[in-house]
Amino acid sequence: MKKLAFLVALPLAFIGAAHAQAKKEDPALAVMKASFKERGQAKLDRLIQDPTMATCSKYPQAVPANIRKQVESAEMKNVKFPADGKLLGDWKLGERIAQTGVGKQFSDDPATPSGGNCYACHQLAKAEISYGTIGPSLYNFGKLRGYTDEIRKYAWGKVWNPQAYSACSNMPRFGHNSILTEEQIRHVVALLMDPESPVNK
Amino acid sequence: MLKTRIFAIATVMTMLTAPFVASAQQDTIKEIEKYRAALGDGNPAELWEMRGEDLWKQKRGPKKASLEQCDLGKGPGVVKGAYTVLPKYFEDTDKVEDLESRLVTCMVMLQGFTYAQATKDPFGGPGKKADMEALVAYVTAASRGMKMNVGLSHPQEKAMYDIGKKMFFHRGGPHDFSCATCHAADNIRIRLQDLPNLTKQEAAQRAYTAWPAYRVSQGELRSFQWRLFDCFRQQRFPELEFASKGSVALTLYLARNSNGGTFNAPSIKR
Ligand code: HEC
Ligand code: HEC
Repeated sequence: MKKLAFLVALPLAFIGAAHAQAKKEDPALAVMKASFKERGQAKLDRLIQDPTMATCSKYPQAVPANIRKQVESAEMKNVKFPADGKLLGDWKLGERIAQTGVGKQFSDDPATPSGGNCYACHQLAKAEISYGTIGPSLYNFGKLRGYTDEIRKYAWGKVWNPQAYSACSNMPRFGHNSILTEEQIRHVVALLMDPESPVNK
Repeated sequence: MLKTRIFAIATVMTMLTAPFVASAQQDTIKEIEKYRAALGDGNPAELWEMRGEDLWKQKRGPKKASLEQCDLGKGPGVVKGAYTVLPKYFEDTDKVEDLESRLVTCMVMLQGFTYAQATKDPFGGPGKKADMEALVAYVTAASRGMKMNVGLSHPQEKAMYDIGKKMFFHRGGPHDFSCATCHAADNIRIRLQDLPNLTKQEAAQRAYTAWPAYRVSQGELRSFQWRLFDCFRQQRFPELEFASKGSVALTLYLARNSNGGTFNAPSIKR
């Protein structure tokens, strides 16, 4: 009888331990979940990472080459090109989107369309001297790269999901994470790729 | 004497806000340097420091007690140098606490406030002054000129440091931002604002030892808890709860990285 109880208890203890292992949460994430409260449009699910962000957080300085490849091929599957094939919109509207930094903060009105805030990180048109340097200068982007189909597609894909071309980039995945709409991305791509855009003057 | 001093500060405050509106940011920074030099050792933050000293000494709360017996880490009632060792582990609460969460503890234990009362409205805004920011100004000013010396000897301090470090690099939200997106490279800026590399000792020292700060653009004294609250807002995260465990962990990570730096706040900033 005693022996039987032992035989039953052993696997149970084993399953219990394995279960606890699987459920054991990263202590930092547990602390974060307890330290934030949702406010406006910023809910607590914003603390949860997708597999790419979890990987990128692990390698804040240099991502190993094999992991870079994995991230890039996974994210490339998330790039969506427009059904009608139209990649270029109005660069004037694109400039406005590039200037605007509002959107997605708990202090922002969710009814107002988000901006791309490209100038926060990039130089674009020469006339705008208040630009950031987190990303490279995009001045003359189209002129230098060539006004080709290939580069237009690259510019679209890059704004949609920069991780597809450069794993763990600091640039937001504007299309993939629904920060900008397809229509807005069209305008921003025109800002980069229209020969008439001030970016290419 | 005190009155003329306050008057001088008030005059400079109006002078400071005027050029801020029109000119480019770089000019503004230069203007601030100029006014800062003109001020000598004066700074509108002194108004918060004086109010904080009054609040520290006043008998308040259901227990009608002052905060003069509050142990900020260097023994009951010791204010001088206390900020240089915070955040630290406290035996009486069995927790790691930063200045703000420790002040909350003292308001609860000594003065009899509820936790909710002690943490209500920790940041000032238009038309309302926060007692907490005044207390923070008073306590931090008493560490001016002293070296940061935050310990990690208690296991809870070590654990909190590790959590703070993880939080610093934790990317999330719709923009995939972490603190490291904006604060882990040298010589970068957002628009025209320089971003300190908080993973490097010298830059971390310079940044951490300059908070709290009187913000010219806001006309408010801002605590380090506010700095974190607002950077998380820009990071598109939910709201960081005042004095929460995560806020203390991240503060410990940044404070420890600034060890050896000379504390020089409340400062004055854009
Ligand atoms: C938070 C900063 C940040 C913001 C905001 C940002 N970017 Fe970037 N961007 C970067 C970084 C960093 C890189 C370099 C790494 C990479 O290639 O992903 C980059 C790279 C790029 C490139 C590739 C450049 C090349 O030479 O191939 C393009 C194109 C680009 N960004 C366009 C934009 C546009 C358009 C916007 C606004 C909708 C924008 N970025 C907003 C940080 C940012
Ligand atoms: C999107 C970019 C961005 C992110 C993400 C960000 N910050 Fe900041 N941070 C800034 C800017 C811009 C300033 C300068 C603010 C100002 O002067 O108004 C700043 C200032 C600071 C300062 C004060 C520096 C000084 O010298 O006064 C500290 C400390 C700081 N941030 C910490 C953090 C921490 C910790 C995080 C992560 C929770 C974080 N930041 C996330 C943009 C960012």
